[in-house]
Amino acid sequence: MQSSLPENLIKIENNLKSLTRTRSIYSFLSIAALIAVIYSGLIVAETGNATSIWVGLPKFFDYPIDLFVGSWEYGYRWNLLLLEYLPDLISTINMALFSTAMGTLLAFFLSIFSSRNLIKSKTTVLIFRRIMDICRSFPELVIALVLLYLLGKSALPAVIAIIIHTAGALGKLFSEAIENVDKNPIEGLESCGASWFTRIRFGVVTQALPLFLTYTILRFEINIRASTILGFVGAGGIGEQLYTNIQWKYEADTIAIMFLLVSTIIALDYLSSYWRKSLIGLKS
Amino acid sequence: MNRSEIIENYSDIVVTKFSSKMWSTFLVLGIIVYLIIAILSLDILQIHKKWSPERASLFALDTYAHKDHVIMKWSEPDDIIMSFEGSRWSQYVGPYQKSDGLPARYPEWTSIGSEGETKISFKNGGFVNLYDDKVTIENWPDTQETLVFSLDAQGKPYVENVDNLPKWIRITENKIEVRPSLYERVQVYSKKVEVHRYSLGWNYFWFDFDSPLEPYGIWNAISLSFSGDRIDPNISNFSLLIQEFLNNDMWHHGQILWALLETIFMALLGTLLAALLGFPLAFFAAYNVTPFKFVRTILRRLFDTLRGIDFLIWSLIFLRAFGPGPFTGIFAIAITDTGTLGKLMSEAIENTEEKQQEGVESTGANKTLQHRFGIIPQILPIFISQTLYYLESNTRGAVIIGAMGAGGIGLQLLGAINTGTSWENVMYMSLLILGVVIFMDTMSSKVRRALIGDETLGAELQLAKMAKK
Repeated sequence: MQSSLPENLIKIENNLKSLTRTRSIYSFLSIAALIAVIYSGLIVAETGNATSIWVGLPKFFDYPIDLFVGSWEYGYRWNLLLLEYLPDLISTINMALFSTAMGTLLAFFLSIFSSRNLIKSKTTVLIFRRIMDICRSFPELVIALVLLYLLGKSALPAVIAIIIHTAGALGKLFSEAIENVDKNPIEGLESCGASWFTRIRFGVVTQALPLFLTYTILRFEINIRASTILGFVGAGGIGEQLYTNIQWKYEADTIAIMFLLVSTIIALDYLSSYWRKSLIGLKS
Repeated sequence: MNRSEIIENYSDIVVTKFSSKMWSTFLVLGIIVYLIIAILSLDILQIHKKWSPERASLFALDTYAHKDHVIMKWSEPDDIIMSFEGSRWSQYVGPYQKSDGLPARYPEWTSIGSEGETKISFKNGGFVNLYDDKVTIENWPDTQETLVFSLDAQGKPYVENVDNLPKWIRITENKIEVRPSLYERVQVYSKKVEVHRYSLGWNYFWFDFDSPLEPYGIWNAISLSFSGDRIDPNISNFSLLIQEFLNNDMWHHGQILWALLETIFMALLGTLLAALLGFPLAFFAAYNVTPFKFVRTILRRLFDTLRGIDFLIWSLIFLRAFGPGPFTGIFAIAITDTGTLGKLMSEAIENTEEKQQEGVESTGANKTLQHRFGIIPQILPIFISQTLYYLESNTRGAVIIGAMGAGGIGLQLLGAINTGTSWENVMYMSLLILGVVIFMDTMSSKVRRALIGDETLGAELQLAKMAKK
């Protein structure tokens, strides 16, 4: 049967067969690698964990149930707790907002100096990129812990830590945005003798601003989570309240704080996706 | 054309309305007012009161230098203790009798002088000499004369020639503190004299103080492990090398590397689990795959809830169930990211081209095959790139979850910072974390670039672009 086919078809057929073979070898290898990673990971996790997974799994709902029972017993005054912890929530949001603002400002300057289309010197670009990489790679917590030790417990170390991280993370995204702007407006400005600053102001910022704002809003959301976490280690705000209430086993207070946090995050999630959509819509 | 004509002809471009000109000014003003309020409320201006450069530079010094202590008690001037970082477990020499000469293992920066005094040499060429009844500092660069410290009749320390005292000597009631620079320090108390000698570098990084391999150094130890006689007759040199390195009592390599592995696996398994859960669920939440609105709505809300309850809160819940350990981190990451990946992927599925699916349908394929060959090839690169993107950020997340109680390198780091003395360990762990995060970042961005071409817009925007399409 096969011999009756024209020669080029046989070639294609054979080609297809060999391709399928290679493909299945690749998929087999990747699945094997995946299984190996999962298996060895489970071994690492099982040896490192205090409680085995099979003991822990049934206990998963214990804590949530404890929390709900505790707050049920607390009674109808529970909703007053929401008001009680509102100031802490606001202070956490304040921390996040301020550090996002400062971080964005810093990121903007860093990104200008690390964009190849604005800076001719390759070394400058490289140095600023490495600075941003290092700022970005350190988890906020590491910087915050060291600063908390040096400066004592207050919101300040957390703010500095978040600013550093934000500057690095946003700086990278900003510089990518700057490198992708249309060159023509910049050249047009250059042709009429505009200075470097004017070129950036009218040629780059006008093009990249919607993207900058999009990224900043996204960062703000992330930073609220970060400042909550930093509250756990002593930066104050709602994170610290959550930590103490968990330690003291005040179920009703814990649930109230969790409720505030989750609703803030969900609200901000919706708000930011709405903002982002309208901003990207503006751009086109 | 004069001004009024321009305004008349180009009224849509030239803005004359006061309000539309001013809104940006008001915005900027508002931002400035907020910043002032925030600076005041967050005590930013108090920073100079809390920040002491001296303290910070001492901690910084400890991250890259080590110090040796020499202690002499006035009551027993013959018994001098020399130790590494002042630890009782790492003494170069225990109390030894000066008359017997220096013991076998003494640091190369000490020697016995002509009058039987112990001389401690410093990097700047100066010497601190410990006599039975006095301490002298000689040959110091900043000062010509030899400074002599001893005890007066009341047993209080004093300086003998006070006429030209350098600035770096502080005399208080019970103590004379000599600190010419960060690298040298002499404290004279009424009971004892303590000399600190700093040197750069991480000492005993490869092998600890008591290790049999310590005198050889790392390179000699490596070459010994391939050739040469056994140092310990019971064990081969190579296993001895590995064992001594991992069980280093000062740097805890074994413990720290294991913790790092735990953290990496926390991120890896958490992200993998999230991908394995989120990918199929995303299909059930996409309207072009699942016709039942009821199922879609439930899944969408589920994704929102999983994502909205922050991984912080998830890890608290899992911490109660599983106790401290990697499972807590794995599940916290997996649950949060199932929500995120599920949401992003279901949006991506809804935005795929219909034509390819129709093409597969035209060959008579059933629904499953249509999805397999019509949709999956379109979203797979985005899916993998998103997963890698989250893997990188989850590595940082795993460190944070670890510090909150799940173990791993985060907890080790927290412990090292809280002791407040082992700043070199803090530095070491920070560098390890930095290395792992940068490695993950580079790898994931390389793979992502290979998968979805010139990925310059960032993952979030890629999706936004798709959503518009």
